[in-house]
Amino acid sequence: MITYLYAVGRDLGTLPDVGSGGVGGGELRLVAEAGLQAVVSDVEREAFEDLDAQQEDLTWLAAVARAHHGVVEAVGREHAIAPLALATVYLDDDRVRSVLRESREGFTAVLDRITGRDEWGVKAYMRPSGASGGSGSAAERPASGAAYLRARRTALREGDAAVTEAERAADEVDAALAAIAIESRRHPPQDRSLTGRTERMVLNGAYLVDRASAEDLRALVDRLAEGTRLDLELTGPWVPYSFAGGGA
Amino acid sequence: MNEPVRWTGSMPAANGRQGPETVRQPGGTDLADILERVLDKGIVIAGDIQINLLDIELLTIKLRLVVASVDRAKEMGIDWWERDPTLSSGRGELEEENERLRERIAALEEAQSTRAPARRRRRPAAQEEEA
Repeated sequence: MITYLYAVGRDLGTLPDVGSGGVGGGELRLVAEAGLQAVVSDVEREAFEDLDAQQEDLTWLAAVARAHHGVVEAVGREHAIAPLALATVYLDDDRVRSVLRESREGFTAVLDRITGRDEWGVKAYMRPSGASGGSGSAAERPASGAAYLRARRTALREGDAAVTEAERAADEVDAALAAIAIESRRHPPQDRSLTGRTERMVLNGAYLVDRASAEDLRALVDRLAEGTRLDLELTGPWVPYSFAGGGA
Repeated sequence: MNEPVRWTGSMPAANGRQGPETVRQPGGTDLADILERVLDKGIVIAGDIQINLLDIELLTIKLRLVVASVDRAKEMGIDWWERDPTLSSGRGELEEENERLRERIAALEEAQSTRAPARRRRRPAAQEEEA
């Protein structure tokens, strides 16, 4: 058995009941050192020994991702915690203790930054209606090849203009949200195959917001949604994953 | 008309936090969000066992494909495969989605094989925090 590290906190009294436990059903424990506590559970060493091969076992990896998130979410609901990236494992608890000692300042800086705050996600999608995206040109058969090309060029140009316009609108939405956030990050827009939506995503922002300002954020998103031609989607509150790592 | 803002909750309400009105996307957008975060965000610190997750986007999409199928199967009940596929709603949609995901995977794999597979992961500790 080896030790899987989920998150680090500094005021974790008792662990909440996380129904199904940790990765692989393991029981959650706290490992304390240097004024910090690590949320851990035991996992089978073999499973992580060769994760490159395991990548192909996607069902397994998906279960690990879900379990990881489940633990972070359950603990993070009650305490400020700095979540670790997926599949951070150590040979034993002593190794976890030495990591807590060695990286104490880094963990403390993250915890200082996120305590009392939540991460919110705001995504913006282009509305499908405006431009046809250059695909609906079959309505009327063009009289000639040249006419077809002309129509096609116009459609593409209009589509490009619509994207540019949508991206500009997304910048405005992002700027307005960033103004009431402590920090903000723009993640790359997700691919259509990931969102399952046909509309193009033009904003995938994460905002670190004081818990007391959560209502302000919601109200702002509502207001922005009325004043823009983008579809806005708000998610959260999240444990501040996006603000726990280093650079954006 | 539907509302311009869609709430996709991640956390149930608890402990003074106000939970979002949760509307689950049928396609599982929230899952994509979860994967995006647990795979690529959070503190990246060296573990004792080196793990190379080469292409996060590729991996995320692959995972999403698997989980979407499992979720859909669950939603439809354990006997979904016994039903006439043309009668069970959502199946065509799922197949379409899977098709899209497969195409995307193929494209990403193509791209990956032509570029050097050197990608980040396991940078040293949280010290990159300082600055």
